[in-house]
Formats: sequence, structure tokens, C-alpha cells
Amino acid sequence: MNPDILQLVLFTIVTAATPLLIAAIGELVVERAGVLNLGVEGMMIVGAAVGFAAGYASNSILVGALAGMAAGMALSLLFALLVVGLATNQVASGLALTIFGLGVSGLAGAGFVGLKREAASHLFIPGLSDLPFVGKLIFGHDFFVYGGLGLTAAAWWFLTRTRAGLTLRAIGDNHVSAHSLGLPVRRYRVLAILFGGACAGLAGAYLSLAYTPFWTPGMTAGRGWIALALVVFSSWRPWRALAGALLFGGATTLQLHAQAAGGFRVPAQFMSALPYIVTILALIVLSVWDRRGTTAPAALGKPFVPDR
Amino acid sequence: MRIDLEPRGAPSRMLEILAPVAAFAVALLIGGLVVWLLGKSPVRAFQVYFVEPLTQGWSLQEIAVKAAPLALIATGLAFCFRANVWNIGAEGQFIVGGAIGGWIGLLTHGGAGQGVLGSWWILPAMLIAGALAGAAYAMIPALLRVRLGVSEILTSLMLVYVAELWLDYMVRGPWKDPKGFNFPVTVTFDSSATLPLLVEGGRLHAGVLLALVAVAVATVIFARSLFGFEVRLVGAAPRAARFAGFSEKRLAVAVLAISGAAAGLAGIAEVSGQIGQLQTSISPGYGFTAIIVAFLGRLSPPGILVAALVLALTYIGGEGAQIALKLPLDMTKAFQGVLLMCVLAADVFTRYRVRIVTGGRA
Repeated sequence: MNPDILQLVLFTIVTAATPLLIAAIGELVVERAGVLNLGVEGMMIVGAAVGFAAGYASNSILVGALAGMAAGMALSLLFALLVVGLATNQVASGLALTIFGLGVSGLAGAGFVGLKREAASHLFIPGLSDLPFVGKLIFGHDFFVYGGLGLTAAAWWFLTRTRAGLTLRAIGDNHVSAHSLGLPVRRYRVLAILFGGACAGLAGAYLSLAYTPFWTPGMTAGRGWIALALVVFSSWRPWRALAGALLFGGATTLQLHAQAAGGFRVPAQFMSALPYIVTILALIVLSVWDRRGTTAPAALGKPFVPDR
Repeated sequence: MRIDLEPRGAPSRMLEILAPVAAFAVALLIGGLVVWLLGKSPVRAFQVYFVEPLTQGWSLQEIAVKAAPLALIATGLAFCFRANVWNIGAEGQFIVGGAIGGWIGLLTHGGAGQGVLGSWWILPAMLIAGALAGAAYAMIPALLRVRLGVSEILTSLMLVYVAELWLDYMVRGPWKDPKGFNFPVTVTFDSSATLPLLVEGGRLHAGVLLALVAVAVATVIFARSLFGFEVRLVGAAPRAARFAGFSEKRLAVAVLAISGAAAGLAGIAEVSGQIGQLQTSISPGYGFTAIIVAFLGRLSPPGILVAALVLALTYIGGEGAQIALKLPLDMTKAFQGVLLMCVLAADVFTRYRVRIVTGGRA
């Protein structure tokens, strides 16, 4: 393969991986606190719709990204009220959030279908970005990509190097003991859920502001679910989520390039199904590798009702 | 501010029936508020959504036709959800069931392959093939769960996308009607491959009866059989179930097979009774709406039947509202999401006394 094409492929892998990474890091922190939020897809698509609407109206990428985050947080607050406040079933509540989000995104984005705005600007450092092959790859992305990397590092640092992170993990492993020790289980969980909502909203805003950059209904196309799988695949570790995101991003990109090149004699639908099949295969491979048993937070998905 | 939950002793029957009704009322209020914010009359919207479809014969039939797949899928899902198995890929099992069952209709089109047997066997074969295909498709997440410990939530959902794309490919490719002016549809089924209508010239087809039978059978299974008891016990008290010698793994496979078969059967009934051919898309999201139906019906078959009628009403009303009030169809989806949230919240009130405490530490 000639280096220019290789560079292009690697470049698109990074852009395809970014929304998965951002959403997955948010969900990873939520799950480390012991809460399973299946509403990622819903929060993401509302983030995409509201992010694009705000970005279009204000003509500012930053306002769009912030609006997307706020929208994701607003939805996650509903979820927090249900699963933390009322101790409802987390799986069903997350599904409700996704269904709700898909509907709301359609309402919020209705006036913006078919509009287009300029994609987020890319970093350019004279000299460095011009370097052959690696220049654009390292120094030529939009700020979401660097934001995603920073987020990964921050999540790793928070979870493994701070007292609050330790508390969060303790709550995720055993909320009853944590509660007995006087740790504010519910407060930590609400904050973690809000963080997850902001990340999912940002990931959605990235799709409609930088990746495509326009709004179409249903544009997340299951990326929220893939992000959820990514969290499992990462064994709840931020840097592994980064590696997984690049793998899943690679599957998406392969599909795009194979369709563009037309070299393969494979129907387009099979290529489109690739990211979903790769996700299932990745989960299988992981479970075969990880024979020692699950590394999931022990209290994941269990409702918590504090005794008085 | 904090929310305190105090467990109630025994949940009262009264509350258990009242809870979903109250949830529906709250969801209506929220929906009405949104409609009002969109600058439309909430009263008029309520009429269009929930009253007008009940006043005309054709729309009553349409409600039954839409409620049938919802009730059928949700009844299967009730087995899963009660046993704490989270099959959220019923949409995929619906599609695969419809496609494989429909395939028999395509193979036998125009009298092909019928020989001395005649054509009486085609419909039963389609229904059985649809149910088996749905069950087989649900076996993928089932086996991955019990053999490798892979979460069925993610695998069953991923398989929805795979099924959608596969059907799209088949209908645009190998199964396309050669005389169909290149439209992505198959040939129209012969009458021997079409579920009979129950009302002359109407829309009501025999698939509705299938749903009613399924609900009745499931009611009996839950109330009267050891298997039904096992499902309830494993879900409610997994430790006790282990002591009783019930195998969680075997049960997970069984409930996924049941829900897959129910979804597959709903799929072929829809294809054979309602659509009459295969298209690139054969479901307006029945597999996902059925999840709401299952919870609104409190995971009990008779409740599910009522809930299916209510959600079918929102589909028909949603179409009416789009025409009469220019309210977008997404409104229906958002309302369904709100409804499920309200149902889940209302469920808490049946099990706990909820007190909101202001001030003081959480």
C-alpha cells in the first residue's frame, strides 16, 4: 500500500475511534461506580442533535460541544433520579433512556436535517504538522481527538491515583460495605452518571460537528452500544479502552475504504455489518483469554437501597 | 435533599394494578406538557392519539393488528426478564423469523416444489420455520452467555443490526422480484402462503389469534407449571433456586429460546399476514417497543395484552397526529421512553414507601 493511502487510513481510524473512546471512558467511570447505564446510545444521539443545533445557531463549535455535553447530562440526570434515587432496575431504565433519547433527538433535530456547517478545525503546527507521514497523524487532528486522549489519561489518573477514585471503585465493588463505612454511595454515583452523560453527549456532538459534519436522524447507528461493549472489552481500564477504540474504529474504517475502493467482491451490507460482528467477536476473544474470571465491578447493575 | 425508600411489608394487589395506570397518567401529563410547549393543544392531541383511533372500525382492526406482534414478543420477553436474562435483541429475532419463514413462501411461489403434497402445508411450515429461526438466532447470545460468560445484552443487540443488514442484502439481491422494476421487494406471496383474514375486506388477520393463544398458554405456564415456577424463582431468589437444584444456565437457554421463538413467530405472522412479501424493513421497531409492553404489563401475560393494546394505540395515534397536528412521529418514540421510565418509577412505589427528605446529609 502506498504511504499516502496508509496515512489516510490510519488518520480515519483515529477519527472513527474518537467518539467510541469518549463515550466509553464516560461509561467506564459510571460502571466503576457500580452503575450500568444502557442509555449511552440515547444520550449520544441527543448530544449529536442538540450539539449540531447549538453549533449551527451560534456558529461556534465550542458552544455546540458544550450544548451536546449539557444535553447528555440532562438525560443522565433523569437516569440518576431513577436508578439512584428510586433504585429502579438499571437495565430497563437504561433502555428507556435510549428509546427516549432516540425520540427526543428527532424532535430536537427536526429543523436541522440537511443543513451543513464547517467541520471542526484541525490542529496545525507549522513544521510539525508538515512532517512526512507522521505529521498529520500526530499533529493534525481536531480538538475532540486530543480531548479524548486527555480524557483517557484523566480517567486513568482519577481512578488509580486519587482518593476519590479509590472511593468510587470501592462503592462499585461493594456498595453495602461502602455505605457502612459512611461513604456517600449515592452522591458518588449521581456524579459518575452525570460525568458519563457529559461524555456521551460530547461523543455525539463530535459526530455531528466534526465527523460528518451534519445532522441526520439515527446517525449514531449503534455507536453507543459499541462503546458499552468497549467498556467490557477494556476490562474497565482506560488505556485498554483506547486500544479497543482503535480496533473498533479500524473495523468501521475498513468498511468505508473497502466500499470506496471496490476491490473486494463483498456486498456493502456485509461490510456495514462488520463493526457489529467485530464487537461480538471481540467480546468472545476477551472471555476466552480472560479465563481467570470476570474483572467487572462486583456491584455492577445491582440496585442499592440504603438502610437507615 | 434526599429520597428515602422504606420497604413495604407485602405489596398490595390494589397498588400493583394502580401503579401502571398511574404511570400512564403521569406519562400523559408529561406528553401533554411537551405538546403544549410545541405550541399545539394538548387536549386536541389527546383526542387524536387516544380517542379517535377507538371510534372507527378500521382503526380498531389496525390496533389489533399492531398489538398482536407486540403482545407475542412481550410475552416471550416476560420469560427472559423474569429470569433476569436480558434479551434486548427481539427485533433481530423478529426479522430473522420473518425472513426465514417468508423464504418458504418464496420457494413455493407459483406452485413450485409442491408436487403431490398440495399447498396445505405451506402456512404451517412458514410459521414453524419462523419460530425456529427466531429461536436459533436467540441461541447465539444464549450459548455465548452460558459457555463463555459473554453478556447477552450486548450480543443480542448487536445481532439486531446484523439481521437488519442481512435482510436488506437478501431483498436487494438473491430474493428480489425479477419482474419488480428493480424495487427492493420480493414477489408477493401466493394465497397459500398468506395468513387468512378474519374480517372480509378488513385488515384483521389470523396472526392476532396466534398472539391470543400465546398469551393464554403463557398465563397457564406461569401460574400452573413447574417451569413457570422455576423462571419466577431464579429471577426472584437465585440462591434459593440453586439450592432447589434448578440450573441457571439451562434456564437461560430455555427462556432465550422461548423469547426468540415468540419473536420469530411474530415476525413471520407480520410478513405473511400483514405485509404479504419481504421488504428491506419489516418492523417499525416492534422488538424494542415490546420491551416497554413487557414492563407496562408487569411481566404478566394478561397485563401484557392490555399494555400491547395501549402501545398499539400510540402507533396509530402517532400516525394520526402527524397528519392532523403535524406532530412528528418521533413524538411517539419519546412518549414511549417517558412511559417506560414512569412505569419503572411507579413500580418502586409498590415495593417501598418513598419519602423526600429535605435538609440533612445524604
